[in-house]
Amino acid sequence: MAFLNALPGAVAQGLIWGLMAIGVYISYKILDIADLTVDGSICTGACVCAVLITNGVPAWLSMIIAFLAGALTGIVTGLFNTALGIPSILAGILTQLILYSVNLSILGGKSLTTVDARTNNLVLNMSDNPKAIIAAGIIIVAVIVVLWLFFYTEVGLTLKSTGDNPDMSRAQGVNVKFNKVLGLAISNGIVALAGSLLAQYKGSANINDGRGAIVIGLAAIFIGLSVSTKIKPNFVVSLIGVIGGGIVYYVIYNLVILMGLKTDYLKMLSAIIVAIFLAVPYLKNEYFKKHKPVAAASDANAGGAVNA
Amino acid sequence: MLKITNLYKTFNPGTVNAKTALNGLNLTLNDGDFVTVIGGNGAGKSTMLNAIAGVWKPDSGTIEIDGVNVTNMPEHKRAQFLGRVFQDPMKGTAPDMEIAENLAIAARRGKKRKLVWGVKKAEREQFKELLATLELGLETRLTSKVGLLSGGQRQAVTLLMATLNRPKLLLLDEHTAALDPKTAAKVLELTDRIVNENNLTTVMITHNMKDALTHGNRLVMMHEGRIIVDVEGEEKKKLTVEDLISLFAKASGKEFANDRMMLS
Repeated sequence: MAFLNALPGAVAQGLIWGLMAIGVYISYKILDIADLTVDGSICTGACVCAVLITNGVPAWLSMIIAFLAGALTGIVTGLFNTALGIPSILAGILTQLILYSVNLSILGGKSLTTVDARTNNLVLNMSDNPKAIIAAGIIIVAVIVVLWLFFYTEVGLTLKSTGDNPDMSRAQGVNVKFNKVLGLAISNGIVALAGSLLAQYKGSANINDGRGAIVIGLAAIFIGLSVSTKIKPNFVVSLIGVIGGGIVYYVIYNLVILMGLKTDYLKMLSAIIVAIFLAVPYLKNEYFKKHKPVAAASDANAGGAVNA
Repeated sequence: MLKITNLYKTFNPGTVNAKTALNGLNLTLNDGDFVTVIGGNGAGKSTMLNAIAGVWKPDSGTIEIDGVNVTNMPEHKRAQFLGRVFQDPMKGTAPDMEIAENLAIAARRGKKRKLVWGVKKAEREQFKELLATLELGLETRLTSKVGLLSGGQRQAVTLLMATLNRPKLLLLDEHTAALDPKTAAKVLELTDRIVNENNLTTVMITHNMKDALTHGNRLVMMHEGRIIVDVEGEEKKKLTVEDLISLFAKASGKEFANDRMMLS
């Protein structure tokens, strides 16, 4: 019963983190970059949105500005990587650290800003979970439709090819460096948009919001794709799968809390989930692969022929 | 069409691993030339192609393509003049994308890419016809991921991509070396046909001396970062593998002791 009561909240949070995971999907799956900026940019989105709303800016406008602020953080990481030659993981870590200072100053030196749902007109809040689910759902559908259209444009296709094969992309005249910056901007913009939803949902922005966000995002991606690739491995189904992964993650999260696990251990649990998903393909390959008999090997050769 | 003047490139300069890959290279190609390039390992063949493509900047010297000095032009900008096929069949195509998407990206090489539909309907028909000319049955697999194709099929698609937007210069870097003999022969035949049909100026590196003799109108032999033999036309037609070996010995002062080339 307690679980059923917690379910709407879990779904609402799952949707918000699923949206964030879509941002991570763009950097991790499409650009092939493990971008650690997100731990900072989700917090930037939350802080920007919360501070703007408390200063009387409408919630929808605050969310757009949060998106742009997040895009800017992605551009910083992208330029660290492409213009200054800093490896992408390190570039993300540097931006993340920069953002800790930036976020603190956005919050005016405090570690917390509250946005009261009773005095501010918010897009969504935990006080009304059904409405929050609908609002988050509408935003997610809009984001997926825009991304779906974008990734089938001339520019969008080259963004995909940049991550898939940078050599081929350059040979076909694609500016790979520009595309990385653009992709990271879109990715972190979406992450910050999720941050702005998170701040409104919780009714506060905290300087520690987003710690370990990348891990939650990856968990949602792995959980989601493990199902969606079996249904249909295309772009839109993958994104829907990622959202589903976010929801599953938060339902499990709430279940684990209800079962009495100390909340102190939840981040560890997230990390272990991601570690397992990352390790399974490797372990399968390393320890459980059977030696191919000779006949199968010659089949493989035949498969290499043009006429195969 | 291509003019390389006094090109130098040393990798890892100032270290024990310093390697002078291009040592005052000069090469001029005329419009429509189909040059085959041979030479031992480390002669600078691939380095020359990478220099033309702009993978890195040379230490000194200039490269002109069709009268444009491209020496300092970044790789992706230079791509507007070039079609490239790599030795590794995995390198020329995006495996996680559809055949049609790969071709569509190639069709826009050198053009401004916009926020409009990436693969147009009319294009699909055009791609179908082009793929049919490969005679590999790919015309029915437009939406298949390229990663599902065999090495030979991928190399054939890459060749199509490289020549889709007629390039001023086609660069083939041992593009059949990773294929089995039968497939290699097929891809070479395809290369000849596409080059001839479009009258493309082409540079083809090969480690196979017979291929170097039977393809193209001109043959260039490299050694220690420069060109030591350059024959064309009737003179090239009369050459034999034995001639090449003695030409090498005469020009370099060394025995042609490269197992890989001798065997092939």
